[in-house]
Amino acid sequence: MSNSNLTRRGLMKTSALAGAGLALPTIFTASSASAFTNEPTGGTVTLGFNVPQSGPYADEGADELRAYQLAVEHLNGGGDGGMMNTFSSKVLQGGGILGKKVEFVTGDTQTKSDAARASAKSMIEKDGAIMITGGSSSGVAVAVQGLCQEAGVIFMAGLTHSNDTTGKDKKANGFRHFFNAYMSAAALAPVLQKLYGSERKAYHLTADYTWGWTQEESIAAATEAMGWETVNKVRTPLAATDFSSYIAPVLNSGADVLVLNHYGGNMVNSLTNAVQFGLREKQVNGKNFEIVVPLYSRLMARGAGENVKGIHGSTNWHWSLQDDASKAFVKSFGEKYGFPPSQAAHTVYCQTLLYADAVMRAGSFNPCAVVEALEGFEFDGLGNGKTLYRADDHQCFKDVLVVRGKENPTSEFDLLEVVEVTPAAQVTYPADHPMFAGGALGNCNPGA
Amino acid sequence: MLGLNKKDLSLLLIVAFLALCAPFILNPFPSDSSLAQFNAGYPDLMQRFVIFGIFAIGFNILFGLTGYLSFGHAAFLGVGSYSAVWMFKLLSMNVVPAIVLSVIVAGLFSVVIGFVSLRRSGIYFSILTLAFAQMSFNLAYSVLTPITNGETGLQLTLDDPRILGASRTESGGIPVTNFFGLDMRDTYEMVVGPWAFQFNNGYYLCAILMLISFYLAIRIFRSPFGMMLRAIKSNNTRMTYTGLNARPYTLAAFVISGMYAGLAGGLLASMDPLAGAERMQWTASGEVVLMTILGGAGTLIGPVLGAGFIKYFENIFSKINDGVLHTWFGFMPDGLEDLVVTLVHPFVGKGWHLTLGLVFMLVVIFLPGGLVEGGQRIGRLFRRKKSGDEAKKSTQSTPAE
Repeated sequence: MSNSNLTRRGLMKTSALAGAGLALPTIFTASSASAFTNEPTGGTVTLGFNVPQSGPYADEGADELRAYQLAVEHLNGGGDGGMMNTFSSKVLQGGGILGKKVEFVTGDTQTKSDAARASAKSMIEKDGAIMITGGSSSGVAVAVQGLCQEAGVIFMAGLTHSNDTTGKDKKANGFRHFFNAYMSAAALAPVLQKLYGSERKAYHLTADYTWGWTQEESIAAATEAMGWETVNKVRTPLAATDFSSYIAPVLNSGADVLVLNHYGGNMVNSLTNAVQFGLREKQVNGKNFEIVVPLYSRLMARGAGENVKGIHGSTNWHWSLQDDASKAFVKSFGEKYGFPPSQAAHTVYCQTLLYADAVMRAGSFNPCAVVEALEGFEFDGLGNGKTLYRADDHQCFKDVLVVRGKENPTSEFDLLEVVEVTPAAQVTYPADHPMFAGGALGNCNPGA
Repeated sequence: MLGLNKKDLSLLLIVAFLALCAPFILNPFPSDSSLAQFNAGYPDLMQRFVIFGIFAIGFNILFGLTGYLSFGHAAFLGVGSYSAVWMFKLLSMNVVPAIVLSVIVAGLFSVVIGFVSLRRSGIYFSILTLAFAQMSFNLAYSVLTPITNGETGLQLTLDDPRILGASRTESGGIPVTNFFGLDMRDTYEMVVGPWAFQFNNGYYLCAILMLISFYLAIRIFRSPFGMMLRAIKSNNTRMTYTGLNARPYTLAAFVISGMYAGLAGGLLASMDPLAGAERMQWTASGEVVLMTILGGAGTLIGPVLGAGFIKYFENIFSKINDGVLHTWFGFMPDGLEDLVVTLVHPFVGKGWHLTLGLVFMLVVIFLPGGLVEGGQRIGRLFRRKKSGDEAKKSTQSTPAE
């Protein structure tokens, strides 16, 4: 560039650019000094609802979103108040949170850790969300929980059942209301013993990823402790849709119980295949062949249709429960949407109320104050009986439901019946249990 | 200057201007207006724009120049991410060793995959790369869980060794990624009236690396090597008959684009230290193909535009829910408002895939050259008017009848 022509226009352009460049550093000093990330300053506070709206768990995600909208309505004083009226803590009066009107933003996790984190980040960075909640799989929950810990906001987990979420991947800023694989196994084992005896041979089919493994480990340990023998554990790829080739070997293995450590579409397909192969009519070792599905949900039961009849599993909550809190929740959800809520809807509704309540009791949105208010918090009236948010791992301890596929469903929602309510004491484990070892909460992080 | 001709230089300068002023350009609406929904000027999305821009630039070197359609490029992105996170876990939180390692590992990986896949061309090559990528994804998802942490994704923990740095900060948290002490997460917020512009360290690191990658891509496009790659695209058989062995050239292009993908993966992990297996899934590989075609395959700036376009849809349109729609159309009478919201509803929020698909179809049908062709057509429209006027003046005496 030897032919540089100095023109009036060029000079003005250059000097304008240079001026802007020189002015740039001075504006950087204007960075605001807030005490924690996204401190709400106006008359509103923003919550981030990060749920799967596409992908395999889109049904659960849609139901979670409905429950979140209901919770926000109740927090802002709309509707009939739902479980706010039955909740043992009475600081929530329908006037928002600390006098600020609750607003929300939504995002799509796509059931992928990457997309979920991107969506959560945009909520934190762009929309100024003070709390992120949601998710319908453990991988996403663990990933977003890690992000919230780093960014300095609270994460209230949605539907996540893996032991790791409050086990080796637990974080100080993350909380889980939902139960976990260990609790499922601990609740289910005594019921299975009562029904099927203590001399059984179990065959496991397990979805080949983190949740499947912890589920398999938990249920195998619990059943072996009561005398069952584990014949074989077979891992199935997550993307599998046809399980016939996995079911056939079960018939010749000498096993008389099949445990399906599958969730969602996987479980629907594997159970259907198993029933088609006539496993349920079989007699092995002089006993009826049985099938067990450790984690049940109504949405799954609907997918599997007729095949779920008489099959046992565990669930976090079911709309047919007859306590006041559950009835109040089912009523306000049903009036707004026309059908009863799923367990995913229930857990996220509770999480939203619990967060709001903790902020009210702490008197501040500061994540560290909220963590302190939630740790060791004992409450009742949210549909699961007396519940404890344990300080050691931020896991809720409450009763677990053992359910069975109903023989004569009266409607398309009335698919499961509660067999037993296992008391919280029976599913409680020490915080340093080997299945949960290897992680550390660390310190709460208020961010900025 | 810089060994570029005037046209390329001005293109590079335009891209540099866009990249460096992105916080202003992407935040045109005041943050309290109802259109603020469309602002994209927040750090995470800006980082994604430029990182996927790098990914698409690299992919375009292979696809745009040689015509070899790789359907497994996400594998290199994922490998880059995993190696970067391992660097953060073992060595230190400085991003430089992480990025260097991710480029090297992705390069080695692409040598192996390319060596096998490039024995075939056309659809067979695509299928081979797709198979390799799916294999990597499945391995990362389950079998290699000790290395990749499976479904959950590889994350930093408090008890990582980090031999050149600290395992945990003084306040007991996981340290954040930095560039020689400059935290990637730090953001300066500049408040001008109702606008809030965010300047993020990590974004500017990515933007500068993107500009370097872009410059390198221009040089490759204009080099004899690039000419050779174009020759392969136009007629590979004829090249072979002239006695030229094309395979070393295609392999070189494959490895270069694999290293670009590795760089993008390393940067993704540097901005947000997590590597998930989904990054390697075939949908992710398909995404970069879409980006390149949407923007304009074989053009220099096309892939960057395409990447920005897709990421914008994914992050902005997916967040428009019914509540937002109701505030937009609140001025209408109630019945009409509900009707409009119902009509728009399937195209936003969870329906963002649908909108993107429609846009993609329109682009492929009406603008086969991608967004770049659209820009050129508009440009030509204006130019033709001007030159048309001149032509009228000078061609008074050309009656052809």
